[in-house]
Amino acid sequence: MKSSRLFAWIALAIGATYFLVPLIGTFEFSLRMRRGEYSFDAYQSVFSDMQFRATFGYSMLMGLLTIVFGMLLVVPTAYWVRLRLPQIRPLIEFLTLLPLVIPAIVIVFGYLRLYNSSSFLPLTNSTNGTNLLLMFSYMTLSLPYMYRAVDTAMRSIDVATLTEAAESLGAKWPTILFRCIFPNVMSGVLSGAFITFAIVMGEFTMAALLNRPAFGPYLQFVGANKAYEPSALAIIAFAITWLSMGLLQIVSRFQKTAPVKA
Amino acid sequence: MSFLTLSNIQKSFGPTQVVKDFDMAIEKGEFVSFLGPSGCGKTTVLRMIAGFETPSGGTITIEDRSLADLKPNQRNIGMVFQAYALFPNMTVAENVAFGLKVAGKPKAEIDARVKEMLGLIKLDHLAGRYPYQMSGGQQQRVALARALAPKPQVLLLDEPLSALDAKIRVSLREEIRQIQQQLGITTVFVTHDQEEALSISDRIVVMNAGRADQIGTPADIYNRPATRFVAGFVGTLNLIKATVVDPAAHRVSIGDQGVTLREALDDAKPGDAISLALRPEAGSIAPDARGDTALVGTVTSSNFLGSVIRTRMDVGGSSISFDMFNSPGLTPPAAGETVTLRFTASDLLIIRD
Ligand SMILES: Nc1ncnc2c1ncn2[C@@H]1O[C@H](COP(=O)(O)OP(=O)(O)OP(=O)(O)O)[C@@H](O)[C@H]1O
Ligand SMILES: [Mg+2]
Repeated sequence: MKSSRLFAWIALAIGATYFLVPLIGTFEFSLRMRRGEYSFDAYQSVFSDMQFRATFGYSMLMGLLTIVFGMLLVVPTAYWVRLRLPQIRPLIEFLTLLPLVIPAIVIVFGYLRLYNSSSFLPLTNSTNGTNLLLMFSYMTLSLPYMYRAVDTAMRSIDVATLTEAAESLGAKWPTILFRCIFPNVMSGVLSGAFITFAIVMGEFTMAALLNRPAFGPYLQFVGANKAYEPSALAIIAFAITWLSMGLLQIVSRFQKTAPVKA
Repeated sequence: MSFLTLSNIQKSFGPTQVVKDFDMAIEKGEFVSFLGPSGCGKTTVLRMIAGFETPSGGTITIEDRSLADLKPNQRNIGMVFQAYALFPNMTVAENVAFGLKVAGKPKAEIDARVKEMLGLIKLDHLAGRYPYQMSGGQQQRVALARALAPKPQVLLLDEPLSALDAKIRVSLREEIRQIQQQLGITTVFVTHDQEEALSISDRIVVMNAGRADQIGTPADIYNRPATRFVAGFVGTLNLIKATVVDPAAHRVSIGDQGVTLREALDDAKPGDAISLALRPEAGSIAPDARGDTALVGTVTSSNFLGSVIRTRMDVGGSSISFDMFNSPGLTPPAAGETVTLRFTASDLLIIRD
């Protein structure tokens, strides 16, 4: 009992060291821009960079749009498959896993072939078209996580019976979906949204190849050309991730429904 | 004229036919139970009334209007499920209000109706609770109130008490019956528990393998089962092997003892083997027992069941059980003892297959 406890502590300490030492090192380095003393100059430099603001804002907006449209795609699909087409569930699961198997660069080259300026749907002809294409790419990338998160949340409620109960009370399908199903899979929607946000904020390949001013390519650019700012950016990225996680915790704590029972 | 009519309903899932030639006419305000073993098609018939399944043949009408073209959400039929199926994201009051909100009723009317419904199920004090904060019995009462709030034409309940424990089951079934009578709502109640069906129904449909074997009042079903299946399924029943002796005189023999039946033996010939049925509560071995018929047998066992003692005896190779009320000082007959069971000849039913 005593010794297993000791081992647990040692394991935890090793894990924490592995994780914290580089973080502390990065943080320490990010403070050393001014010679001979610690300062937040690197952060000041990052925040005052117009390109930082522009790319950060752009990726944030893309993240939010990806979440909204992704959920509008995933929740009704997962619902419909559970309700009416349970036999094709393995197929859907396989399809949603594909983005994990196929490298992003392959996907984006596929897109470019399909939607280039001389194709039947020349999305890349205009800026907004390319933005749209990028958002769809992000949706594809986040599909494995979104679908699984939502589908798991749906497993904890009896979708079929709830639907029938609502129907027998006179409800039509938009009401059923948005008032009876959606709120009950909110935990899945939120965790899917969080992961999606994290993916979009850091994604490099697709944004770079579609030549959009996203945060990922900016991180790469700064990393290749500056000394102290990349460390400051890394710390900022961490802060954002932790903030999202904290928000997720708070939201799920204030959720009114029961903690999901197995 | 009947209110809810099912005529010649058929239902097949692929090659298997699960409901066959189902006919039933339900009066307005009537409480009808579908009783039958698991898999006999009770739920399927109920779901066809609700519109969740489409009959493969036959018609369902309410007041002579066919339901065929109406989707479930257009039928105005309330439904209560075994698993409660309350919306987990809504409070009790919001659950009850759901059907009214969907129907676009004004807020004041909704509030008043919700209050009335919560009063009916005596849960006014829990209006703000969420389903997960309540017991199964309370949740099922909320489900009942939710189904009743939009004033449905018909109320359907699919084994609403199966998930509850024995005590709650009894009190809630009485509450359901009382609310049903108070509102006068036409109700179809599905159960596989015969005691439940017998205690609260106006009429019972005993279903067997997709068919209605017998439709009748609880007393009918219990006292005059129409088929061997009904006789065996409803209540405990002794099946006694007998041999026809003299069809014209209604004489049969059980082992080596002769018995005269009340019922005619139709077209039986002397020597034919037939089955007779006798309820355990129909006979008595008390010295002062009355009855025009007696059977002598040997006691094989006595079981104490609380308020009654069930004794088994052997008569000419058939095992017959009979009950006697328990009372202090009563000694049940011991195994091996010879006893005389007396009963009225009309309690002995001929079972046809
Ligand atoms: N969607 C379906 N597809 C195929 N077969 C089905 C379907 N629904 C029901 N059945 C079959 O129809 C038969 C009757 O089912 P039903 O659910 O009506 O029985 P039940 O009397 O309600 O039984 P229980 O008391 O177990 O609820 C069963 O054999 C069942 O397997
Ligand atoms: Mg059933």
